[in-house]
Amino acid sequence: MAINYTDIEKLAELARIQLNDATIAETTQSIADVLSLVNRLNAIDTKNIDPMAHPTDAIQCLRSDNVTEVNQREAFQVIAPCAKNGLYLVPKVID
Amino acid sequence: MTNDRTIHIKTIASIISGLNSREFSSVEVTQYYLNRIQQLDGIYNCYITVNEEFALAQAKASDKQRASGNFPLFCGVPIAHKDIFCTKGIRTSCGSKMLDNFIPPYDATVVEKFYHSGAVVLGKTNMDEFAMGSSNETSFYGSVKNPWDTNTVPGGSSGGSAAAIASHLTPGATGTDTGGSIRQPAALCGITGLKPTYGRVSRWGMVAFASSLDQAGPMARTAEDCALMLNVMAGFDPKDSTSINKSVPDYTLDLSHTLEGLKIGVPKEYFQKGLNPETEKAILEALSQLEKQGASLVSIDLPHTNLAVPAYYVIAPAEASANLSRFDGVRYGHRCENPIDLRDMYMRSRAEGFGDEVKRRILVGTYCLSAGYYDAYYRKAQQVRRLIKQDFVSAFESVDVIMGPTSPTPAFEFGSKSNDPIAMYLEDIFTIATNLAGLPGMSVPCGFVDKKPVGLQIIGNYFEEARMLNVAHQFQCVTGWHQQIPEGVKLSSENEKGAN
Repeated sequence: MAINYTDIEKLAELARIQLNDATIAETTQSIADVLSLVNRLNAIDTKNIDPMAHPTDAIQCLRSDNVTEVNQREAFQVIAPCAKNGLYLVPKVID
Repeated sequence: MTNDRTIHIKTIASIISGLNSREFSSVEVTQYYLNRIQQLDGIYNCYITVNEEFALAQAKASDKQRASGNFPLFCGVPIAHKDIFCTKGIRTSCGSKMLDNFIPPYDATVVEKFYHSGAVVLGKTNMDEFAMGSSNETSFYGSVKNPWDTNTVPGGSSGGSAAAIASHLTPGATGTDTGGSIRQPAALCGITGLKPTYGRVSRWGMVAFASSLDQAGPMARTAEDCALMLNVMAGFDPKDSTSINKSVPDYTLDLSHTLEGLKIGVPKEYFQKGLNPETEKAILEALSQLEKQGASLVSIDLPHTNLAVPAYYVIAPAEASANLSRFDGVRYGHRCENPIDLRDMYMRSRAEGFGDEVKRRILVGTYCLSAGYYDAYYRKAQQVRRLIKQDFVSAFESVDVIMGPTSPTPAFEFGSKSNDPIAMYLEDIFTIATNLAGLPGMSVPCGFVDKKPVGLQIIGNYFEEARMLNVAHQFQCVTGWHQQIPEGVKLSSENEKGAN
């Protein structure tokens, strides 16, 4: 199925990546190329094959419900682009 | 003070024995490598960050610890980490502008394990951005040059680690492999690298690309050194829910076993068109060498090989699009200037922070996971993934290891594939299936084409890294491919006679 500019704009919105108008044609073409590579999967019938999510079909490990981590808020916020009084600051969301 | 000007050609094993016999101290070895990095890394660009002060302080402390008589195996041995592993207090960029200012508040489990084993960290190696690439050309910090020919790529994504070992700017380094990122650069740079079974090594603190495929592993000049490093790296980690709780053998114990009776599966599908004829010749010669050592060759089929790259380019981008959604300009990493609102902040921070290849994969992944397309792409790819795994499971019923080329061609020139994503993706045609199946794979130097190294790929059954290392070590006992040194990496003050 062909992919067009509108599709790419929609994907960019979903992925929250601003597209550059000057390169949108190139981006569209390269994604169309990747999808045509991927469409080679259709050459094979996979009816009744169980999808495989994990290479070794491992079982999810669980641990006992105890507190194991100490609070490191200050250490984590030192590297934040903008933090104040223990809060991460972002542009105003609600008026 | 040692007068040994050949430290850089020593393997990890011989550095350990030199430190043990007091031929040199850790400070001397570390300073020696730091001097070489200062003189040569301007050419190769293997390192994103060099830790001079910190490395020397670590070396000093390890010499002191060694003098006390109670010390771990890697005490004072310098290594490097791929810049994908979080290092507390040391920038971890993942090759991206997005993380150019990121100084992690914690160490990855792999990094912690090397600290506990006494290793000194020389620095963080260059890589394709977020490990997405097979040539190192997507790094925000400029591409790494292949020490065998600086007009050619080192491979990727662990190209900085591979080139640093090949140019003797570290004796060993960590790497990660999602679709071939340890093995392909190892092949193109003429070094030895191993991707363990999925779950063998903890992924905690490793910047996530595709979580069901990513696996960390050792890169060094010899199989013996890889075994020593894997002894440090492997093991269950309660912090990584995908790591496997299974005992870890001593990977050096089986190295000296004979290859008598070994059955090597040779997949027909790995010798098809697209494979450089000279590369093929080098691989066939390596196989006949192994036959002389007592192994027998068995022709096998891996019928779904040609679907591995298409399946990978659904699964890896899908997982990447989810993993990389965390980079939002809020908690760490790049934030755009003067955002007008929250949406603008996300959109521009991500547009500015990510390079083209990363954006392409996020968009492809978003597409494959979006409403209406999930079954046609993601589910279909997961079904094909099972077929690929079954191919290997059937093959391993009759053989002990599988062998073929690591990469279809030797190192290619800069720019020759960077504008053609599909040509670049097909570079990993022989390595990707192993990641999809979760199997261990390694690359071992086995010849040269036009003075460029060729890698022999060894694929093992689940958790049979010891067997693969045994085969690789036995091959290296009778061949000298891993001991070759690129011309440009010799300093005039150094007198070299080959690795020992």
